[in-house]
Amino acid sequence: HTHGLWEETGEPGGNLHRHRENMQIPHRKDPGRVPGNQTQALLCCECLDASRPWLCYWILHSLELLEEAVPAAVVSDVCQFLARCQSPTGGFAGGPGQHAHLAPTYAAVNALCILGTEEAYNVINREKLLDFLYSVKQPDGSFVMHVGGEVDVRSAYCAASVASLTNIITPTLFEGTHNWILSCQNWEGGLGGMPGLEAHGGYTFCGTAALVILGKEHMLDLKALLRWVTSRQMRFEGGFQGRCNKLVDGCYSFWQAGLLPLLHRALFKDGDVTLSLSSWMFEQQALQEYILLCCQNPAGGLLDKPGKSRDFYHTCYCLSGLSVAQHFGNQDLHHELVLGKEENRLAPTHPVYNICPEKVAQAIQHFHQLPIPAQKGATACAEDQS
Amino acid sequence: MSSVEEIEELPNSVSDAVEEERAISDNVEGEADMEDDEPQRGGGYLFYRNRREWADLEPVPQDDGPNPVVKIAYSDRFTDVYDYFRALLKNDEKSERAFALTAEAIDLNAANYTVWHYRRVLLQALEKDLREEMKYISAIIEDQPKNYQVWHHRRMVVEWLNDPSEELQFIAEILSQDAKNYHAWQHRQWVIQTFNLWDGELEYVEELLEEDVRNNSAWNQRHFVITHTSTYSSPEVLEREVQYSIKQIKKAPHNESAWNYLKGILQPGGLSSYPGLLEQVEELQESFSSPYLLGFMVDFFEDTLETNNTKCNQTETLNKAMELCELLAQEKDTIRREYWRYVARSLQSKYGSGEIPSPKGTVQIFN
Repeated sequence: HTHGLWEETGEPGGNLHRHRENMQIPHRKDPGRVPGNQTQALLCCECLDASRPWLCYWILHSLELLEEAVPAAVVSDVCQFLARCQSPTGGFAGGPGQHAHLAPTYAAVNALCILGTEEAYNVINREKLLDFLYSVKQPDGSFVMHVGGEVDVRSAYCAASVASLTNIITPTLFEGTHNWILSCQNWEGGLGGMPGLEAHGGYTFCGTAALVILGKEHMLDLKALLRWVTSRQMRFEGGFQGRCNKLVDGCYSFWQAGLLPLLHRALFKDGDVTLSLSSWMFEQQALQEYILLCCQNPAGGLLDKPGKSRDFYHTCYCLSGLSVAQHFGNQDLHHELVLGKEENRLAPTHPVYNICPEKVAQAIQHFHQLPIPAQKGATACAEDQS
Repeated sequence: MSSVEEIEELPNSVSDAVEEERAISDNVEGEADMEDDEPQRGGGYLFYRNRREWADLEPVPQDDGPNPVVKIAYSDRFTDVYDYFRALLKNDEKSERAFALTAEAIDLNAANYTVWHYRRVLLQALEKDLREEMKYISAIIEDQPKNYQVWHHRRMVVEWLNDPSEELQFIAEILSQDAKNYHAWQHRQWVIQTFNLWDGELEYVEELLEEDVRNNSAWNQRHFVITHTSTYSSPEVLEREVQYSIKQIKKAPHNESAWNYLKGILQPGGLSSYPGLLEQVEELQESFSSPYLLGFMVDFFEDTLETNNTKCNQTETLNKAMELCELLAQEKDTIRREYWRYVARSLQSKYGSGEIPSPKGTVQIFN
């Protein structure tokens, strides 16, 4: 598979233009046409019918990494669609008419922050969102993913992400949460989905990023976590595995490699003076090679590993991981390492929220002008236990 | 995979003429784009919109708005089933026909957590046979074992029945197809912990490790069981586990799981506190080398420095550790070069005398 890419371009990558074409959200080309026939349906499966805000986020984030502008009409269309995914009781659902769930809530808020217009920000009903978060909060500090749903560390990340971006964190919202997350760190040094479970890249990212948001990342055994995550990079493939002794997968380019910027910052804050000033603590070039040489579909889009088919999830996370591998530092100290052509360069991504840093700053700035909603949700829920 | 339930007969309030007309036009439409799994006539599949027993219910189309984005190309069957699901939801209908429809909706998209939630509401409202539901969910999980909703549903049914008697065997069956299925292990840990079914689990773990000593999920389960039963605090247990780990390491020296487990169980007490450990590991080094062995030695030396073990010369230990880090960075584990160099700098900074080493801020140039 890789030979074609090398010969065609002379160097790794060079196909990112195909991704840009492929990621274009179909938009209205001819206003005169009959409504309903205008946008072509996505060739994606019915199995994602309860994940449509995810599709919005995966696609929008991929476009922003590729520095591809989103037409204003599409921006508005996405806002209106996500508004229909918002539940009357707060939070966002996988599609219009479905129940609210923390995962599409996370995706919707991220998508709206990427769009970053007043219209986008105004879609979010902050008061109801807070109610929703309280409705899924558990006494032990954890969160269920949806009312009547399952608990795992993803929920804490989704809750922390949306609450911090939209400025709805009350004194009690995350009571006990950091302790619950900490109990997910196991003998391997990584975090499992729940206490007792095997350390896993996706869950480790969620737990660590949530702790960073809560300002409690220093309570982790950072050295053990660092050893675990750096050990997840595959010495032959260059990409990352999700768990010890499992196979490489392009999406872990973000979930795993994305931990290194978080740990770097945490160690730095802890007073570590021996940290590198130019690189993350993983082999950035090798990861870029894996993504560019093994994870691209020649027709556009990215994937798990050679032989697998492309999808928007892998496109988002392979590109996110590529961005992490290309950019070291922050606004003040920035060092780039772009493998192959200059056009392979992606925009930087924020390692906590995985949207571009400017969008994070802009959203936080916007929502911090608004007051934190009153905690009526908390007491109301306790009384409504019928 | 949908189970066919008995459909409650409802009074037909729609006039026959209108119904007939609608049925004909719908069926003609259906025939035009007929798919293999959707026969229209002759006792085959019938859309809900054409079923007499459903005529009282007005289907609710999805409210995607005038300019939908991320549109999915739904099949006719999907649209039909979900239009009726939305109608049921809107009316909060709690009936047998609603229950039957949830199975179809699940068959079309087992990740639709709203449907699952509704099914659970119906299970309770209609006082459905939960044993039958166990059979149903077992079949669904066999078919789609990597789905969150199916496992959560099973857990709810087991909780309601307060009966875990089928669980360990069922999960073992799923693990026999994929020994690392994360949902299966999660469910297994929940069952064992909730119902106190620790007996025999260590034996089960050993069976799995016999089959595949590289199964990290099994190693994790081993740690889980021991932590919650004997714990590692007794010297006998710790010794047994250390010897078990070393035995597995000898069988497969490049198996990271075994090395991680060995480190994981010894680190709380301090690697350098365990008598004879260094000798045992150095002995292994005569037969083989592996980056895991070398990394283990680094950890050992670091612990020696940390505990300020007066039996050892600190400077000598530090130098040995630094040498190993450089060997790993340069030759044995180059993919982690940045990490091992950081470890070396950290050790030097913490235990070395004199100046703090400055990290290299080299600019890397690529053409």
